Amino acid sequence: MLRPESEDALAEIVRGANGLLAVRGGATRHVPGAGEPLTTAGIAGIERYEPGALTLVAKAGTPVAEIETALAGKGQRLAFEPMDHRRLLGTDGAPTIGGAVAMNVSGPRRVVAGACRDFLLGCRFVDGEGTVVVNGGRVMKNVTGYDLTRLMAGARGSLGVLTEVGFKVLPAPQASATLTLPVADAGAAVAAMSAALTSPFEVTGAAWDGTSVLLRQEGLPGSVDYRVGALSAHLAAHGAVAVERDPEAVAATWAEVRDVAAFHGGDDEVWRVHVRPSRAAEVVAAMPGRAVMDWGGGLVWLAVPPGTEVRGALPAGYATLVRGQGAALHPTAPEVATLEAGLRARFDPKGLFAA
Amino acid sequence: MEMPVPRDFVLARRAEVIERLRAVLPADAVVSDETELVAYECDALTAYRCPPLAAVLPRSTAEVAAALRVCHDLRVPVVPRGSGTSLAGGALPTADSVIIGTARLTDVLEVDYDDRLIRVQTGRTNLSVTGEVEADGFFYAPDPSSQLACAIAGNIGMNSGGAHCLKYGVTTNNLLGVTMVLMDGTVVELGGGEMDAQGLDLLGVVCGSEGQLGVVTEATLRILPKPEGARPVLMGFDSNEVAGACVADIIEAGVLPVAIEFMDRPIIRITEDFAQAGYPDCEALLIVEVEGSEDEIEEQLATIEAIARRHDPVELRRAASADESAAIWLGRKSAFGATGRVADYICLDGTIPVSELPRVLKGIRDLSEKYDLKVGNVFHAGDGNMHPLIMYDANGDGQLEKVEAMGAEILKLCVDVGGCLTGEHGVGVEKRDLMSHQFAPADMEAMMRVKDVFDPAWLLNPAKVFPLATSEARR
Repeated sequence: MLRPESEDALAEIVRGANGLLAVRGGATRHVPGAGEPLTTAGIAGIERYEPGALTLVAKAGTPVAEIETALAGKGQRLAFEPMDHRRLLGTDGAPTIGGAVAMNVSGPRRVVAGACRDFLLGCRFVDGEGTVVVNGGRVMKNVTGYDLTRLMAGARGSLGVLTEVGFKVLPAPQASATLTLPVADAGAAVAAMSAALTSPFEVTGAAWDGTSVLLRQEGLPGSVDYRVGALSAHLAAHGAVAVERDPEAVAATWAEVRDVAAFHGGDDEVWRVHVRPSRAAEVVAAMPGRAVMDWGGGLVWLAVPPGTEVRGALPAGYATLVRGQGAALHPTAPEVATLEAGLRARFDPKGLFAA
Repeated sequence: MEMPVPRDFVLARRAEVIERLRAVLPADAVVSDETELVAYECDALTAYRCPPLAAVLPRSTAEVAAALRVCHDLRVPVVPRGSGTSLAGGALPTADSVIIGTARLTDVLEVDYDDRLIRVQTGRTNLSVTGEVEADGFFYAPDPSSQLACAIAGNIGMNSGGAHCLKYGVTTNNLLGVTMVLMDGTVVELGGGEMDAQGLDLLGVVCGSEGQLGVVTEATLRILPKPEGARPVLMGFDSNEVAGACVADIIEAGVLPVAIEFMDRPIIRITEDFAQAGYPDCEALLIVEVEGSEDEIEEQLATIEAIARRHDPVELRRAASADESAAIWLGRKSAFGATGRVADYICLDGTIPVSELPRVLKGIRDLSEKYDLKVGNVFHAGDGNMHPLIMYDANGDGQLEKVEAMGAEILKLCVDVGGCLTGEHGVGVEKRDLMSHQFAPADMEAMMRVKDVFDPAWLLNPAKVFPLATSEARR
């Protein structure tokens, strides 16, 4: 396993490479493909953290846990709530922040706060020719030149190897609550979640576990009190609301939603379907196996028997294979695929990073 | 401002270009009369002007594609234009270019509250997007100062921000999808109604690419439920440093206001003379706004005011009514107009780490003395997006050059403390030649490769973003 300890050393390896490199951080989010294994875990450490400016810059190999600990020490957090894939995929090792960015990994709060890519302020990466590229920076608003930082987010390392990422971070809330409504039907669940998300009561999580709708409130204590009451009344027509206020219980519930605890273990293929919430119930109805929803229905997780035709049967949206054998990514439209291929050819002319 | 030499073979074939455009577009969609073309000779950066070869005002994606195919065929540069409110010269034509304006692309195509989105043609103005959904309790969050006039097309081109992006983000965070026409006429759909577009994040790189990758004709935008209420508190301090420290303390305390606006003494005086908003005569003034129900507002403002008191404010005034809220915002919202009443000015847009606020304000003061030019500061303090207004007399000999030299020094200072040249206005032609102060050649090379893919002949929005010498080999 190649394990460069610096950006320079990584660039040197890439410049000398002539065959596929199987790049990973902690390899917790996917099974790396063919090629010489290379990890960025040696390029690690928090470079700069300014709580008063809500900014944090870290090297790509920094464990997510190290960043979350540093932030928690100042009452802050990564607002996009990156999922931990280990129990779903049966992987071990330490998830890195570079891996989270490369896969654009977000959790339940994405529905209101935005995705991983929305909190990125800048990055450094080594392209396929071994050149170090810097884009963005560490300020909250930056439109200087093209936004390659977002292009790198979710590119699965296919355009270069991330070496440093900068984030906007947010205050952690002082109080939180989970509201639970028993709803067995997917369509009724989406209706309840939409009612919550179109209300002014700032729901920060809206999920369905197959039997209940879960809604989250976060904020100042008085604010959470108020919104729990207002939201319960607002949703009266959708079912009886049970409220959990214990912070640890609330955190545990949403960690289960985030990490798709419902599908841990077993042999089923696991797919994520991104879909407009208004079409989510159709997706659930069209598929065999089990389904849970997050993001108010905008994300449908499916567990289906291996070999099930998912993409061809989708009534709407697009599907990413997360656990199982096969192509991970949904094919893009031909004119978009042409642009993507053009970018890959220019950023990785030697074809080292086939994702 | 140095611009590329117009292509002789294009100028020589002007009549043919216009004839070919007329052949594929409705008669009223092609503007070729030289008097009418004056309307397109500049945007809000009025110091630089150049009438285009022609202007095209399409009504549909298909018409945009038809016009682009003609221009691509004849190797005619194209300058996309929203409402022409760019402060950076983002829509400045060249003499050999055809303007593609979005003025007639104003339809609302879809509103869906369950999916919390609206799809519009991109000539629609920013404020009229909110106008379409407001009665049902929704709004479109990015709110640039020019929102009454500016088009969504330009907002996407420049990745526009606004006063409330501390909480809601900028355009790229509120854009779900676009329909875009490439220079060769290919129509591309990026994203759509889903959260997170599939494949590479092309939407992310198109947003903020200043019209150099394609002409965006339709956009799917995220809309949000309106908060129950909002209220500002005004606080005055006797030094910029103390005001800056107060901003950091508010942010660290775990309250996230929707806006933290900062005004310094020169701007306070100018706006007070004009708007009589009742601002105190002090060194620095903050407007901090929070949202929520009455009780929630009370809870947040109590926390914020307690922090402010620790910094010995000379004034601390909470709006007690809608009228008082409006009065507090009145001065801030009229700051640019009020400044324009007393002087010509240029407005800069550098962004800095919030912790560097006192140092940069001091640096600007020193430069103001060095150049003997008055500067006022009014900006979004929560996110470090500075807007120094350098005041001058446009009719004075050599004044514009002097102002530009001073502006360049301020922007370099922003970069040197860890910030950037532009937070929300874009590079355009205005800051093009400063790019090499912020970026190494390899960084710009990587950006230019993206343009190579989308627009291999480099015909779209020429002479913007990259220094001319840097892009010369490709043009």
